[in-house]
Amino acid sequence: MSEAAQKCTPLYDEHVRLGAKIILFGGWLMPVQYTSIVEEHHAVRKNVGIFDISHMGQLIAEGSGARAWLNFMLTNNVDKLQIRQGQYTFLLNEHGGIIDDLIVYRIDDEKFLLVVNASRTGEDFDWLKKHLPGHVELENRSADFGGVAIQGPRIRQLCHALFGKDVDLPTRNHIVDLPFEGTNVSVARTGYTGEDGVEVFFRAKDATKFWNAALEQGTPMGIKSCGLGARDTLRLEMCYPLNGSDLSPERNPIEAGLGFFVDLTKPNFIGRDMLLRTKERGPREKLVPFRMKEKGPPPRPHYAVFENSERIGEVTSGTISPSLNWGVGMAYVSAPHAKIGAQIDIEIRGQKFPATIEKKPLYRK
Amino acid sequence: MNVPEDLLYTETHEWIKREGENIRVGITDHAQSELTDVVYVELPKMDRQANAKEAIAVVESVKAASDIYAPVKGTIVEINKALEADPGLINREPYGQGWIFVLKIDNADDLKQLKDAAGYKNQIG
Repeated sequence: MSEAAQKCTPLYDEHVRLGAKIILFGGWLMPVQYTSIVEEHHAVRKNVGIFDISHMGQLIAEGSGARAWLNFMLTNNVDKLQIRQGQYTFLLNEHGGIIDDLIVYRIDDEKFLLVVNASRTGEDFDWLKKHLPGHVELENRSADFGGVAIQGPRIRQLCHALFGKDVDLPTRNHIVDLPFEGTNVSVARTGYTGEDGVEVFFRAKDATKFWNAALEQGTPMGIKSCGLGARDTLRLEMCYPLNGSDLSPERNPIEAGLGFFVDLTKPNFIGRDMLLRTKERGPREKLVPFRMKEKGPPPRPHYAVFENSERIGEVTSGTISPSLNWGVGMAYVSAPHAKIGAQIDIEIRGQKFPATIEKKPLYRK
Repeated sequence: MNVPEDLLYTETHEWIKREGENIRVGITDHAQSELTDVVYVELPKMDRQANAKEAIAVVESVKAASDIYAPVKGTIVEINKALEADPGLINREPYGQGWIFVLKIDNADDLKQLKDAAGYKNQIG
């Protein structure tokens, strides 16, 4: 990839200053870890951690008919959203394949904020733009905003320190604007870790100020800056899918076990026909969580999955779960084998290691 | 970064300690700090013969699996079973209890190909 294609978030210099290891992720130079993935993971489970999510994209759709149009473009039902409420949803192609998974917030009656995956922002924008009716405006505001996720059981305490004792945090999946040092920031009660937490969006120029204030105020609470490594282990313990690994244009939400975020009672949306067909016939493969039976090497993406001697699928995400100190992962396996409790084998460097298909999530407090 | 003067090194971040006809091998402090959080070590099989630069072990961190190479031609005569129960030894004591295997070397002259501490320090900057 050329130098020009490597984008930096407004917090890049802070990551370097904190000694982060930097990797290229979806075209962005991002911290994968600061000190240790395991330490950062535990900080989020036990105290609180802060992640730079400025690489994520922000699209704003506004205009009369924006709501009806998004209900045609997205799988979940936007009509169910009150103002200041968000929902997890999918953007599909005509074949029902997943272009992106995202959160759509209803900002006003006919104004919506879409928070999308970094590596898909351009593609999402082009796809939406291609289907845009004349009366709706769509803007890619990704470069204007920075964002952080602050996650962990001590989030309330930290938010009170940052925004004042009397401030009410939004309820789950809601977003509010809160004043912060002479500016306004948007605070959503969402996250990707399984812990209580918020995602905060602010103007790019305010990123460093907010990041450092959160680290300073969070010091007595044991806050740690956390990289993409811990983000991945935390989300995997909860079986939250990662686009590009567990989700792709070749997979649909029914196969991924995420039909809950698809409203098939809506009269029409892109991909609906294919999803109905998948639902009627049953998916060919399903995404299932699994847990290794013995202590051993971590399962990793692309390892083959067997039942007895038959190859039944492939791992899409895997790691040693820091909370469980045990190998866990997710795999697409052929539907007849996708049963909770089924005994499977993961092939690692030519050797088979036994595992069990589990229920979601892989980790519970 | 700790680079002991009395050891030899490879470009692939193994350290080598001469013990008569054998060499003891592990990964450097620099390597463990790059990997961090070692969660699994696949040890070589006893009595296995290996060529120089042949991948014979795997060190896995949370994020990635890394091959460990035989520094020179020889035969595996000892493996560090303690790493099976406690792979974090590699992070805590890379030059001590975190050693990985002992290789009986075919030809002592082969060791001349390896780097000294100054050469390795130069490599890792």
